Amino acid sequence: MTTGTDVNGPGQAAVAVRDLRVVRGGRTVLDSVTFEVARGSVTGLLGPSGCGKSTLMRSIVGVQVVAGGTVEVLGHPAGAKALRRSVGYVTQAPSVYLDLTVRENLRYFAAVLGAPASDVHRVVEQVGLTGHVDAVTGRLSGGEEARVSLAAALLGSPEVLVLDEPTIGLDPVLRRDLWGLFARLAEAGSTLLVSSHAMDEATRCGRLLLMRDGRILADDTPGGLLERTGAPDVEGAFLALVDRAERSAA
Amino acid sequence: MKLSVTLATARRVLSQLRHDHRTLAMLIVVPCLLLALLAWVFDGTSTFDRVGAPLLGIFPFVIMFLVTSVATLRERTSGTLERLLTLPIGKLDLLMGYALAFGLVAVVQAGAATALAVTLLGLDVAGPVWLLLVVAVLDALLGMALGLLVSAFAATEFQAVQFMPAFVLPQFLLCGLLVPRDRMAGVLRAVSDVLPLSYAVDAMGDLTVQEGVDAATWGDLSVVGLSIVLALGLGAATLRRRTP
Repeated sequence: MTTGTDVNGPGQAAVAVRDLRVVRGGRTVLDSVTFEVARGSVTGLLGPSGCGKSTLMRSIVGVQVVAGGTVEVLGHPAGAKALRRSVGYVTQAPSVYLDLTVRENLRYFAAVLGAPASDVHRVVEQVGLTGHVDAVTGRLSGGEEARVSLAAALLGSPEVLVLDEPTIGLDPVLRRDLWGLFARLAEAGSTLLVSSHAMDEATRCGRLLLMRDGRILADDTPGGLLERTGAPDVEGAFLALVDRAERSAA
Repeated sequence: MKLSVTLATARRVLSQLRHDHRTLAMLIVVPCLLLALLAWVFDGTSTFDRVGAPLLGIFPFVIMFLVTSVATLRERTSGTLERLLTLPIGKLDLLMGYALAFGLVAVVQAGAATALAVTLLGLDVAGPVWLLLVVAVLDALLGMALGLLVSAFAATEFQAVQFMPAFVLPQFLLCGLLVPRDRMAGVLRAVSDVLPLSYAVDAMGDLTVQEGVDAATWGDLSVVGLSIVLALGLGAATLRRRTP
C-alpha cells in the first residue's frame, strides 16, 4: 500500500523501489514494497524490530540478493559500480576495525574511496569525535563506535546516505546533534534514508515510511500522517494504521 | 585493480597487527622457538639436518593459515567486509593487500627462523640460503592464501580454528616428511601429489642436500607459486558483493 504524493516526480527520485520482494532463509522478508525517496530529503524508515528495515536498506545499497522487483538509486540499479562512490552505508552494528584508531579507520576508508586526507578531519568533526581521533576504536563506548562507523560513511560526501539505526543507544543531546547534522546534509543536497525503531524520532524527518511485517504501511509526511489518522503522535498513527489494516483484512 | 587501494589495505592490515603486540611477537618468536626445540630434541642425530629445512617452511605455513583465516573471518563477521564491498575496491585489491601485508610479515618471520636455523642451530644446508628463505616465504604465502580461501566456509571462530587440523594436518602427514613420498601406498602418494605442501617440502629437501638448484626444484617452486595464485583466485570468487 502506497499513499502520499511524489513531490519531485519519478525522474527526480534518488531512490526508486518497485514491487521489491526479498526472501531470506525461506521466509518472505519484504513483499511488494514500492516507494520513492526524493533527492535532498531526510526520510525516516520506521517500524518495529524485525519488520524488514535492515533488509530493505541492504537492498538499496545493493548487498542483498532480491527475489523480485527493482531498486534504482540515482538512476542506476542498486549496487551498480557507478554507485560505489555515491552511496554511503552504515550498518546497524558498527562496521569498522575495532583494533585500529579512529584516524586509522577513517584514513583507510578514505583511501579506498579516493577521498582527500582532509576529509578525515571533516567527518570526525561532523560526528563530534574530535577528541577521540587517536583512540583505539574498540575502547570507545558503543555510541562512539557507532559514530566512527557513521563518520566512515560520510567520507567522500556521498549523494545518498543509507543509515541503519544510527542513533541507537545515544544520549538525547547526541541524538539531537546527529539529526541536526542529517538536516544540514540534506540541505546541502544529500539524500538520507534513516531507519529507527524509536517512533519519537519521526518528527525529525521530512518524510516517513512506516513498515510492518515486510510491507510499507504508510508513506507520508509526519504532519500528513497525523492528520490522516487523527492520532496525537507517530506511534499512535502507527497503531491506528495497523488496526485499520487488520479491520479491512477481517 | 588499483595499486593505491592495495597498498592502503596492506597498510591497514599491518596497522592492525601493530596494535596487537602479542600476536606480532608470537608471529616472529614462535617459529624460532619451535625450531630451537626441534634442534634440541634431535641433538646429536642427523635428523635435524633432514627435517629442519622442511619445517622451516611448514611452521610459517601453519601459522599464516591460522592467522589469515581468523583475520578474514573477523572481516566477514564484523561487517567491515560488507562495507568494503559497497565501496570502490576490487576483490583482488583486498586480497592482494592482505597478501602483501602478510607476505611482509612472512619475510620477517621466515628470515628470523632461517637466520636462527643456519647460525645458532647449525642447520646444514647445501643449497643457497637465500632460496631457503624464498621457499619459507612462499610456504607462508601458501598458508595465507589457503587460510583466506577456507575462511569463506567458516561461519564461526570455532569452525575456522578447526580448519587448521582439517586442512593443514593431512598435508603435513602426506608431505613426505614423516614417510618419504615414494614409499607411501599408491593412493596416499596420489593424494600427496595434489597437495601443494608436498612440493614445498620437496623443494626444501632438495635445497638441503643439493648444492646447485636443478629444474626439479624450480618445478616444485612453480607448483607452490601456482597454488598460491589459484587459492587467491578461488578466495576472490568466495567474496560476494551481494549475499542472501
